[in-house]
Amino acid sequence: MSANISAILYLISGVLFILALRGLSSPETSRQGNLFGIIGMVIAVVVTFLSVGNFTAGFIYVLIFLAIGGSIGAFIAYRIPMTAMPELVAGFHSLVGLAAVFVAISAFINPAAFNLGTPGNIKLASLIEMAIGAAVGAITFSGSVIAFLKLQGIMSGAPITFKGQHILNALLLVLIVVITFYLCSTQSSNLFWILIAVSFLIGFLIIIPIGGADMPVVISMLNSYSGWAAAGIGFTLENTALIITGALVGSSGAILSYIMCKGMNRSFFNVILGGFGATEQTSGDQNKEQRPVKSGNADDAAFLMKNASSVIIVPGYGMAVAQAQHALREMVDTLKKNDIKVSYAIHPVAGRMPGHMNVLLAEANVPYDEVFELEEINNDFANADVAFVIGANDVTNPVAKTDPQSPIYGMPVLDVEKCKSVLFVKRSLSPGYAGIDNDLFYKENTLMLFADAKKMTEDITKNL
Amino acid sequence: MEIDPFIFRLSIFILSIFVGYYVVWSVTPSLHTPLMSVTNAISSVIIVGAIIAALSGSDGVVFSSSSIYGFLAIVLAAVNIFGGFLVTQRMLAMYKKKKKDK
Repeated sequence: MSANISAILYLISGVLFILALRGLSSPETSRQGNLFGIIGMVIAVVVTFLSVGNFTAGFIYVLIFLAIGGSIGAFIAYRIPMTAMPELVAGFHSLVGLAAVFVAISAFINPAAFNLGTPGNIKLASLIEMAIGAAVGAITFSGSVIAFLKLQGIMSGAPITFKGQHILNALLLVLIVVITFYLCSTQSSNLFWILIAVSFLIGFLIIIPIGGADMPVVISMLNSYSGWAAAGIGFTLENTALIITGALVGSSGAILSYIMCKGMNRSFFNVILGGFGATEQTSGDQNKEQRPVKSGNADDAAFLMKNASSVIIVPGYGMAVAQAQHALREMVDTLKKNDIKVSYAIHPVAGRMPGHMNVLLAEANVPYDEVFELEEINNDFANADVAFVIGANDVTNPVAKTDPQSPIYGMPVLDVEKCKSVLFVKRSLSPGYAGIDNDLFYKENTLMLFADAKKMTEDITKNL
Repeated sequence: MEIDPFIFRLSIFILSIFVGYYVVWSVTPSLHTPLMSVTNAISSVIIVGAIIAALSGSDGVVFSSSSIYGFLAIVLAAVNIFGGFLVTQRMLAMYKKKKKDK
């Protein structure tokens, strides 16, 4: 196949990828968008086969390996529970990163196959692009592996920090630039391996100081990196489909990280440099005196809700942990039968990844037009009778609006306290991720329901 | 003077970043998780490079030191392509509108 025709077909597959993302602007068009993405991918793969034009034994092996990977992927996609979506996405990012590293290594060993020159005499521009692709790919890989381990609970979600961490990271980054520079002048394969090793190390070091609840930012950031790695390889291979896709994915991940940071009123660097650690001491101890809390049982909660005319549900990560979304949906069905208006309020950083709560509610068959974002619904709390907080904590803390000393001051929060009464499902009074007390617990109109989210929701349904 | 083809690729790259910027801002927040899984799937178009690498072996030799990495990358990218698109499809199938019955 002529190089021009394949270039045009790659361009078409890039355009289809743009349409795939475009489709996600509304749930109705999203399925069609996904189809565009699949078509784009098929075109890219077929064009590559035709332009290489090597249908010998190697081709059979390619198909075999493709089938192996494909079946593993399909198996995972069908078996994975929706609550494990953050882990899955982190795991998938690591694969893209590692694939980028492998392609870069292969191109470095055998540049002739990619028209990049001969070993030891690779075109300068290609070598730089290759080095960038390999380095970013390696960072994506090791970073995603750490994120995966933290989300999966294999590794503690607590931030791991040590003295001189930031200086070490900065030095390693400088080292990467220096190695790339010498790699370009010497073409030494040892330097190439060292570059990859240092990049693996830095990906690891960047993610370990970041705590569990900051994972939405981390996952989005790694999403972005996987895009930049693909773009770097795209430049090496002079392939438009890869360049377009890399740019799309890179900017998509960057926007998501920005939205997540804004949802916490923190700067990107504040998150990346590690947790709430620095500001924690200022308000950690001063609110220690025992304050009275009203606690109730499922019966009380059912009574309050039965007499309400509108209820707003505020889900959070705790709902995902307790797998309470189906029980919640059943409770809401019962409420609706009693002509009670129910809506859901989702904070941008609820859960462990962007849109996490929405997927879980969708899984439980909650229609998406009952689910609202923070800005859409925040004014409705004042008119609602009951707010049912299930598994959320920091995102409802009124302290973010009242106490300038608080580490979460300025963070946009749901105005749950404006409701006539608040039902707060939680296992204990322990503070949330930010390590601060939630003033909402002690409000006059708050009723604490100390129980597992799923069990409590089921009990309420029984009592309705 | 002739323009280096690199400049054209760079132009495509920069313009795509802008396209991505505007397209992604128009994605509704409730679909941010499918957005991540589908971007993950499409970034696996890196399989293009993996296929070229895997087929780079000279006559008769299927597994050379460079093609091995290509084959490994094919497996990884294929997991992502199939896993990413299928899981996205599974998620999107769950987003339903309120039924207008009663």
